[in-house]
Amino acid sequence: MSHCCQVSTDNWEDVKAKCLTALPEDIVNYIDDHKGDEHAESNLIAILHRVQRHFGYLGQEQMNAVAQLAQIPLAKVTGVATFYHLFRLQPRGKHVISVCMGTACYVKGAEKLSQRLMDELGIHYGETTKDGMFSLDNSRCLGTCGLAPVIMVDDQVYGPVTPSEITIILEKYIKQPRAAAPKAALAVQ
Amino acid sequence: MSTSVTQFFEGLQSRVLEATAARRLQEKIVIQVGSATCEHAAGSLDVMDEFVKHVKSSGRQDVVLRKTGCTGRCSKEPIVGVTVPGQLPVKYERVNRELVHKIFTSHIQDGAPVVESALDDSLSEIHKSEFVFCAGVRCGLEGENVMMHKFAQKLRDRAPHPETIKVSKVGCFGACSQEDRGKCAYILHRPSKAMYRIHSEQDLDEIIATQVLGGQLVERLLATDQLVSKDFFDMYGDVAFFNRQSRVALRNCGVVDPESLDEYVTYGGFKALGTVLTNRDPQWVINEVLKARLRGRGGGGFPTGKKWQMAFDQKETTRYLICNGDEGDPGAFMDRGMLESDPFNIVEGMIIGAYAIQAQKGFLYIRAEYPLAIKRIQNAIDLSRASGLLGQDIMASGYSFDLEIRLGAGAFVCGEETALIASIEGERGQPGLRPPYPVEKGLWGKPTCINNVETFANISAIINFGGDWFARIGTAESGGTKVFALAGRVKHTGLVEVPLGTTLKDVVFDIGGGVQDDKPLKAVQTGGPAGGFIPAKWLDMEVDFAPLAKAGSIMGSGGMIVLSEEDCIVDIAKFYLSFTTDESCGKCTPCREGTTRMQEILERITIGTAVMGDLDKLERLAQLCQQTSLCGLGRAAPNPILSSLDHFRDEYLEHIIDKRCRSKKCVALIRYVISQELCIGCTVCARNCPVECISGKRKEVHVIDQERCIKCGQCFQVCRFDAVERG
Repeated sequence: MSHCCQVSTDNWEDVKAKCLTALPEDIVNYIDDHKGDEHAESNLIAILHRVQRHFGYLGQEQMNAVAQLAQIPLAKVTGVATFYHLFRLQPRGKHVISVCMGTACYVKGAEKLSQRLMDELGIHYGETTKDGMFSLDNSRCLGTCGLAPVIMVDDQVYGPVTPSEITIILEKYIKQPRAAAPKAALAVQ
Repeated sequence: MSTSVTQFFEGLQSRVLEATAARRLQEKIVIQVGSATCEHAAGSLDVMDEFVKHVKSSGRQDVVLRKTGCTGRCSKEPIVGVTVPGQLPVKYERVNRELVHKIFTSHIQDGAPVVESALDDSLSEIHKSEFVFCAGVRCGLEGENVMMHKFAQKLRDRAPHPETIKVSKVGCFGACSQEDRGKCAYILHRPSKAMYRIHSEQDLDEIIATQVLGGQLVERLLATDQLVSKDFFDMYGDVAFFNRQSRVALRNCGVVDPESLDEYVTYGGFKALGTVLTNRDPQWVINEVLKARLRGRGGGGFPTGKKWQMAFDQKETTRYLICNGDEGDPGAFMDRGMLESDPFNIVEGMIIGAYAIQAQKGFLYIRAEYPLAIKRIQNAIDLSRASGLLGQDIMASGYSFDLEIRLGAGAFVCGEETALIASIEGERGQPGLRPPYPVEKGLWGKPTCINNVETFANISAIINFGGDWFARIGTAESGGTKVFALAGRVKHTGLVEVPLGTTLKDVVFDIGGGVQDDKPLKAVQTGGPAGGFIPAKWLDMEVDFAPLAKAGSIMGSGGMIVLSEEDCIVDIAKFYLSFTTDESCGKCTPCREGTTRMQEILERITIGTAVMGDLDKLERLAQLCQQTSLCGLGRAAPNPILSSLDHFRDEYLEHIIDKRCRSKKCVALIRYVISQELCIGCTVCARNCPVECISGKRKEVHVIDQERCIKCGQCFQVCRFDAVERG
């Protein structure tokens, strides 16, 4: 592509080939397509979102490749990746559980839910169970305050949840690890 | 040129009208299912799926399914609306697969609504038609109430079946213009959607004679002006939660299909943009917004018109417009509601705003935590662009402007405008020094206007109905309405839009239904982590920027958390502090260190190790942090502490001196003791204690070993004789 020339180096083809081993082709193409844009470096956060969506986290190898391809210093890539809460530098479990810690959920007992989850899973926030099944997070308000307190497993929001229902929810994922997550949230009591 | 815009708009309208007419909705039974993040979480996707199956298997061609956004009646979701031609629309609450079956077999097939599942008991009496009077809450006109009573009396005297006709009132239609203000009353007739404007009792007689007895519309009395929230009240006017509200920014939420451009245009969409581009005068737009006294809805409350004027007056002609959708306040979901349920309105508001400041490019900065909002806004941008409403040569006017979505990545500080700009530029979202303000040097050093989602949601209404009209809805200082996310210990949680100047009491008790389980109200927290607590005794306070600031709180983006006697103020203040500590970007010392130290002191207070000196230290630190932090986050972070110290100092003292938490929230200060009199020695508590610290023989009084007790409260919960006392 012609606009690549603006930021290419002598060994551009080698660099690109190497980056292709770290990143999937669509992300490499995405970076390539936007490189000629005005203020191209502003796409960094969007690029990192894509990488994380693909891998589940931002590995060192991937960040190196992003820095090379987008011609942004690695220090800045790392700086941005560590600044924002949503970016993770460690791989995560198969299912990600996040406990909403918004005000409405807090008032309605989110602490108890998180305590129960920590007891059940034996991990703290930011950690992953040994079998790689679950990761536990606390999230900022999920914006479903009407259903407080809520937890989110992958993309499914459950609410309102009581501590005793935690076991039931977890079992669904343990028993049918491959089946799709049950669609309906728990019935309102 | 301007005629080409008119032609363009007329072309668009006639195309949409044709498409709408082809759907022949008015002849069909329309089932609408709410669709937004919270609706989905409550199970609305399943409900939709079940309806699809039912419609298919019944083979009925006259039943249409529609997806709408969310009305903001969160605790009753999923909500389903059923409109049968010629009848009042019926709404159902908490619909699940079983209820779908019931609704379909009973209401759709047999014509008998499922009364017990109607939203907020709105079917406790079944009516054939309804006359809704405007109560004129904002213009102070009491006349309508008199008219309403007279009308009800006349109905009882003259109508053959007065029990089938309902007479009710809503807060404000926002209909009146300057000339007829106070001289007439507005009445909405459902289901015909006819809006009458009456001046005298004779008019009432005529309505009874022609409409009630004759079944014909009274053409002479029909109001000619389109009303901002008519469609909303037509659908939801019979639900108490809604008819005390005034819907401007949320007027389309729960009414239109958020993914259809055609529906938005049918409900008056892009008319405002057409007007603006026909006038071809940015200054006119700014003047209207100035007249409207619209103040920024993101929290700061800076007059929007003034901000636009400043950007418009810049010499530099490369300008940017940004919509701040980084709604980070915990407990706030107004922006999500608008982005998900009425995305075209935000896009239209932005294009108008861009035209006013003559910007060429705009960005919508949305939290990555809102995937559905991002999807719907992207869809709205794509459809608008494809229809010539965005991009090059908008509406054949020669003006070009384009929009792009930028995602946040979970940093609360990015709601601050300089940090937001840094984030759009692809940097760490750390705030910078102001001045220069973004309107002078913002994104990439160019003049940039940043407005909140709700601000943009109001723009099209201001253009359509005039700045004066908008200003009249609010108070002398600020015009219009404000959307609040009512949550916490309130009976009806959800999105509430009220005119500025409404009292807190009206919001919490009349609309919110009061405190859960009718417990005493302790305080209302507004403004999220940057706000403060308003004690129950100040409930008569008007909700506006100035009174809230005076009470030590802020308007903020509109989070409103109701706290009851069950909540510990110190604990909630600690919660907010832990939030800001976590979200402090670390650039300036007062905020980075100050929030951490304040949180440590609050922690000591809640676990009972604090001394009196800590309280002074806390207050001093809070003031220091407020005065010396670099950006709004640090400056507002101590607000929860300072306002709670103002209003609830006795609770702090209780924690520190008596080591007691009256709401039993601070676990470390709770003591469980078994009553000698009440304990019968059933051993249930001992068997349930996870740390086995309860001893005692069968049929003898049990004792808790306080040293080993972890205060989990299991014994308290399992005792059937109330012998475990919590103190």
